[in-house]
Amino acid sequence: MKILGDLFRDYRFIFSFIVLLVILILAILSIFSPYDPTLWNVVPRDMRPSAEYWLGTDSNGQDIFWQATFAIRNSLIISLIAGLVSRVIAILVGMVAGYVGGATDRILMFISDSLLVIPLFLVFVMLAMLVREHMNLVVLGLMLSLLTWPWDARLIRSMILSLREREFTKTAILSGTGTVRLVLNEYMPFTMPLIFSTLINNIGFAIGLEITLAIIGLVDLMTPTLGTMLNWALFYQSTFLGRWWWVLTPVVLSLFLFIALYWQSVSISEYLDPRTRIQRVGA
Amino acid sequence: MIFLKRYLIPRLIQYILVIWLGITIVFLIPRLIPNDPVMRMISEMRARGSTLEPGAMDGIIRDLTEMYGLEGSWLDQYWAFWGRLFRGDFGVSFFNFPTRVNQLIATAMPWTLGLLLTTTAITTIVGNIVGGLAGYYSRKTWSRVLDAIAMVIRPLPYYIFAFSLLLLFASTLVFRWFPLTGGASLGALPSFTWPYIKNVLWHSFLPALSLTVLGGAVTFQTMKLIVQNVNAESYVQYAKLGGVTEGRIVGKYVIRNALLPQITGLALSLGQIFSGALITEIVFGYPGLGGLLYRAIVNGDYNLIMGITVFAIVGISTAMLIVDLTYPLFDPRVRYY
Repeated sequence: MKILGDLFRDYRFIFSFIVLLVILILAILSIFSPYDPTLWNVVPRDMRPSAEYWLGTDSNGQDIFWQATFAIRNSLIISLIAGLVSRVIAILVGMVAGYVGGATDRILMFISDSLLVIPLFLVFVMLAMLVREHMNLVVLGLMLSLLTWPWDARLIRSMILSLREREFTKTAILSGTGTVRLVLNEYMPFTMPLIFSTLINNIGFAIGLEITLAIIGLVDLMTPTLGTMLNWALFYQSTFLGRWWWVLTPVVLSLFLFIALYWQSVSISEYLDPRTRIQRVGA
Repeated sequence: MIFLKRYLIPRLIQYILVIWLGITIVFLIPRLIPNDPVMRMISEMRARGSTLEPGAMDGIIRDLTEMYGLEGSWLDQYWAFWGRLFRGDFGVSFFNFPTRVNQLIATAMPWTLGLLLTTTAITTIVGNIVGGLAGYYSRKTWSRVLDAIAMVIRPLPYYIFAFSLLLLFASTLVFRWFPLTGGASLGALPSFTWPYIKNVLWHSFLPALSLTVLGGAVTFQTMKLIVQNVNAESYVQYAKLGGVTEGRIVGKYVIRNALLPQITGLALSLGQIFSGALITEIVFGYPGLGGLLYRAIVNGDYNLIMGITVFAIVGISTAMLIVDLTYPLFDPRVRYY
C-alpha cells in the first residue's frame, strides 16, 4: 500500500494509471457490445456523434464506439503476446550471454546487434507479404515479438554481467547452488524491474508497429484493431469528407495509450531504481 | 598500428558480418515459408488484376525462379543469389514491368537521402546542444518545460506522430497550410531554379518536421540524462571551484564528454531512423524509398521490396561504419590505445 502511495505522488503515474484504467474498461466493454464487429451495415452510415451513437457511425455502417472497444481489445492482445514472448527471448538470450560468456556471448550479442542495425521493418514487410493469408492476432503478435527483443537482451546481459561479479554469486556457487537455480532464484529478482519496464515499452512499440502495418494493408483488415480502424477511415477519405469523429477515434485513443504506457514505465522504473532510468536510455 | 588492430579491423569485420547476416535473412525468408513463393507472387499479381501478355508472364516466372534461385541445392541457390547481388542486379519490378528495380531505387533514393541527411543532421546538432544545456541547467524552468514536452513526444511512433501533424496542418480538419502529399507539385519540372526548390521545400516541410521533432526528442532526453550524470563527476565540481567560466565547463568539458555515448547511440539507432523515414514518407506520399515501398506493397511487388531491403541493409551498415569511424575524432583515448 505504501508503494502505491509513493507512486501516486508522481503526476505521470496518476495520469497514466487513469488512462490505462479507462482503456482497459473500454476493452472489457467489448463483451457487452450489441453489434458483431465483423458485420457491416448494422447501423445507418456516416452519422455524427449523438446520444444513440456516442462516437458516430462509419461508412461501413458500424458503430464507432463499439468498434473501438473491439479495436482496443485486439490491439492489446497482439501487443501482449508480442511483449511477453519477446520478453522470454530477451531474458533467455540476455541471461545465457551474460552468464556463460565467452564465444556464446559474442555470437548472441553479434546476432542481437545485427538485428538492431538491419531495418527490421522491411524484413517484417517481406515476411508479412508471404504469410498474409494466414495472418491473425496470434501470428501477428508472434511476428512482432521476433523484432523487439535485441535491445532488452543487451540490457539484461549487462545486468547479469555485473551481478556475476558480486560476492553473493561466489557464495552461492561455493555452497553448491546449481546454475539454473542461481539464475532463477538469485538473479531474476534483480532483473524484474528492468524486465517489467521494458515489457510496458514493448507493448507500446508493438501497438505502434501494428498500426503501421495495418495502414499499409499487411494485416487482416476484417479484424478491428486501432490500425485497421484507421486504415478504413483513410480508405473512405474521412479526412477530406470532414468525418473527424471516425478518423480521430483511433488516433486520439492511440495517442493517449502511447503516452500512458510510456509514463507508466518511466514512473515505475524510476521508483524501483533511479538508475534504471539511465540504463533504459542506453547511456 | 594498435589503433588499427583494436579499433578499425574489428569494426570492418563487424560491418561485413552484419551485411552477410542481413542478406542471409533476406535469402531465407521466402524459403522458410512453406508455399511456393513464385506461384504465390503470380497469384497475388493476378488477384490485383495486373494484365500482362502471356510472354511477359513467362518472363516473370523465369525471372522469379532465377531470382529466388529455386533450382539446385540450397547452397547453389545461395551462391547464385550472392552472385546476382554483387552484380547489383535485383531483377525487374513486376508492377512497372520492364523497369529494373535498380532504376526505380535510383530515382527514389535522392529524395530519401536528402530528407534523412537533413533531419539527422539537425536532430543530432540541435538535440545534443539543447539537451546538453538543459542537462547542465536542469533546475531552470525552460529546461523542465522542454523535458515535459519530450516526455509527451518521445513515446509516439513515427506513423501516429506524422499522421497527427498531417491532420493538424495539411488536412481540411484544422489548418491547411501545407500540401497533403507528394514531393513537389504535379507537373513541376525538376530544375535548379528557386521556384522549384521552394516548391520541394514546402512539400518536404512536414515530413522533415515530423522526423526532426521525434528524433530530436530522443536525442534531447538521452543527452540531458548523460549530462546530468557527467555533472555529478568530481572534475566538473573541481572546475567550478577552480573558477573556470561556465561556458567553458559546459562546452569543453561536459558536452564533449557526454557526446561519446551519443555517437554510439546514433550509430545503433540508424536502422530505426531509416525505418522511421520510410514510414513518414508513406504518410506524406513522399516520392522517396518509402513511397516506392508503399507502392510495392500495395501491388505485391516482392522483387522491389527485396531490392529496397537489400539496399537498405548495405546502406545502413555503411552509414553506421562511417559514424563509428568518426568516433576517434571525438574520443582521443581511442586513438592512443
